[in-house]
Amino acid sequence: MTARTMFDKIWDSHVVAEEEGEILLYVDRALIHEGSSHAFAALKRRNQSVARPHQVFAFTDHYVPTTGREKGIAGIAVDEIRNMVIAQHENTAKHGIKLFGFDDPGQGILHIVPPEQGITQPGLLIAGADSHTSTHGAFGAVAFGMGASDMTHVMATQATWQRKPKKLRITVNGKLGFGVAPKDIILAVIANIGAAGGVGHAIEYAGSTFAAMSMEGRMTVCNMSIEAGARCGMIAPDETTYAYMDGRPYAPKKGAEWDAAMVRWQELPTEAGAVFDREVTLDAAQIEPMVTWGVNPEMAGPVGSAVPDPRNAPDERKRSDWTMALDYMGLQAGMALQDIKIDRVFIGSCTNSRIEDVRAAAEVAKRGKAVVPAWVVPGSKKVKVQAEQEGLDKILIAAGFEWRDPGCSLCTAINGDQLKPGERCASTSNRNFRNRQGPGGRTHLVSPAMAAAAALKGHFTDVRELL
Amino acid sequence: MQPFTTLTAIAVPMHEANIDTNQLCPTRFNKVPRGPKYREILFYDSRFKPDGTPTEFMLNAAPYDQSGIIVADRNFGCGSSRETAVYALYEFGIRCVIAPSFGDIFAANCAKNGLLALTLPEEQCAAIRRQLQDQPGATVSVDLAAQTVTDVQGKAHKFEIHEVRKRCLLEGLDDIARTQQYSDRIAGFENHYYKDRPWLGAAARSR
Repeated sequence: MTARTMFDKIWDSHVVAEEEGEILLYVDRALIHEGSSHAFAALKRRNQSVARPHQVFAFTDHYVPTTGREKGIAGIAVDEIRNMVIAQHENTAKHGIKLFGFDDPGQGILHIVPPEQGITQPGLLIAGADSHTSTHGAFGAVAFGMGASDMTHVMATQATWQRKPKKLRITVNGKLGFGVAPKDIILAVIANIGAAGGVGHAIEYAGSTFAAMSMEGRMTVCNMSIEAGARCGMIAPDETTYAYMDGRPYAPKKGAEWDAAMVRWQELPTEAGAVFDREVTLDAAQIEPMVTWGVNPEMAGPVGSAVPDPRNAPDERKRSDWTMALDYMGLQAGMALQDIKIDRVFIGSCTNSRIEDVRAAAEVAKRGKAVVPAWVVPGSKKVKVQAEQEGLDKILIAAGFEWRDPGCSLCTAINGDQLKPGERCASTSNRNFRNRQGPGGRTHLVSPAMAAAAALKGHFTDVRELL
Repeated sequence: MQPFTTLTAIAVPMHEANIDTNQLCPTRFNKVPRGPKYREILFYDSRFKPDGTPTEFMLNAAPYDQSGIIVADRNFGCGSSRETAVYALYEFGIRCVIAPSFGDIFAANCAKNGLLALTLPEEQCAAIRRQLQDQPGATVSVDLAAQTVTDVQGKAHKFEIHEVRKRCLLEGLDDIARTQQYSDRIAGFENHYYKDRPWLGAAARSR
């Protein structure tokens, strides 16, 4: 038998039917948020019920405020935002869908909570109403985002029509350098293959660098697969995965359940000799802390480098893209990235708001005082509680950082948290698109440690010099 | 869903690569219920100044305020999965985007809303954009059944599209109705799937 990839094994085990190359795939879990209001509206128009409500999980994250939560939902100042949160409560209750809502002790971002709860497991096919659903691939699952119509379809049928993507393996070997984070690895990967480098592909991340990474780090990497245009990103499950899952509420119970699951999980990894459509290899030792300077995640360089000169662009198209980017970002060609002054710092988002991210930020923060407003927004109430048990909140607050309540916050910037026009933010989020963090806002993507270092200095700085 | 068969419309060239869905529909408008309001939302932050007055952005003035087609560069519609990006294009009157590549989720969203995300090689897209630059307001024609794009100079370009997608667009077919014919197959699949995976069974799904 030919050697198979992990992606093919999971894909094949979910095929319900085929029509001329279009495949009807069974969906194990669907993840939705307040913004899934369009899907509920579509269900209502059709007078359609939810086929498998116990396989749909809802999260209050995109519109939820990150301060003043003690005032409850009624305390949300803006009517339209409050109504999104209320509508989600009503819609999920009506259809019998589990909601990790405003007051739930498990509340948090839809890509932070399912792994914490054991909802994310190896071998599953997970569909999410959000492009960063690729995060869940860190457990050896096929997980991808979709729009409202496709999510309506999943809720109505528990299945989805898809065409099989090509397969891209990205191998990174070697030990991460001192002060280098998983975020830097994925930013370096995207800078290497480009923001469109993964279009039409499912990515598998392989090699010793990922094998040595924690689940939190793996989730950061898989999370940004979509920023390379990929359909999904995944990493083979191993002992790190199983140890993380042990004891989580929705994970298999230890004993016969767990043992049966383990047999299947261990069959998942890609077999030696399996063929990928494309292979890319990077050396971890060559990767340094990264900073983006432009308006998409491929426009990034090592912290020691300079803003590139459009005159040196490899082709005419890149020249015009870079010129436009520097104009929007208000940067001069040739200036050192470390000379870029910032107005704000945001540590949070589904990319970097897990416990390790908070630890990394606190480790840097304790070495000084923030000289610009710096927010830390944990990804979930569980992360928040754990960080507080570890005393990380105290360290951050003592260093002048603001410790907020969980949600998407300043990454997607629709709950009222946003940049002012022209403001420049060192952000641990995933998109530096124009206007993403607020109209006219300027975003530089970095790791949590690099963001904290920038907060202490007021400009980008090489975090390795602080540690 | 409104069927897509043929289209002859003013085509607007957009030279920039990686035009993301945040630009097509800024996030703060995602909560707007589907409807004609989305006409104004398309490219809002490019089309309007912070005080709400219109900018010089080309979609704001003739001939491009009547555009039905966008000819773009690679990775159009990358980023967020928001379907509101497609609602905005649709309400503006755009029925077809021609580009060398698309964000995968965006392309899927187009197909579900009667918009054709049409792929042509990079050089052909660039050539058509140049023609449009030279003759602002010129029209481009698309024939889905024949799988051809006819450019400003009357030259036909053949394009590829998946057979099922083509049929759904031509007939305006609804996916959910199609899938409901498979409901027995889905139930049968579950029967076998959960027998094999007891840890994912009904009890485990509703802890």
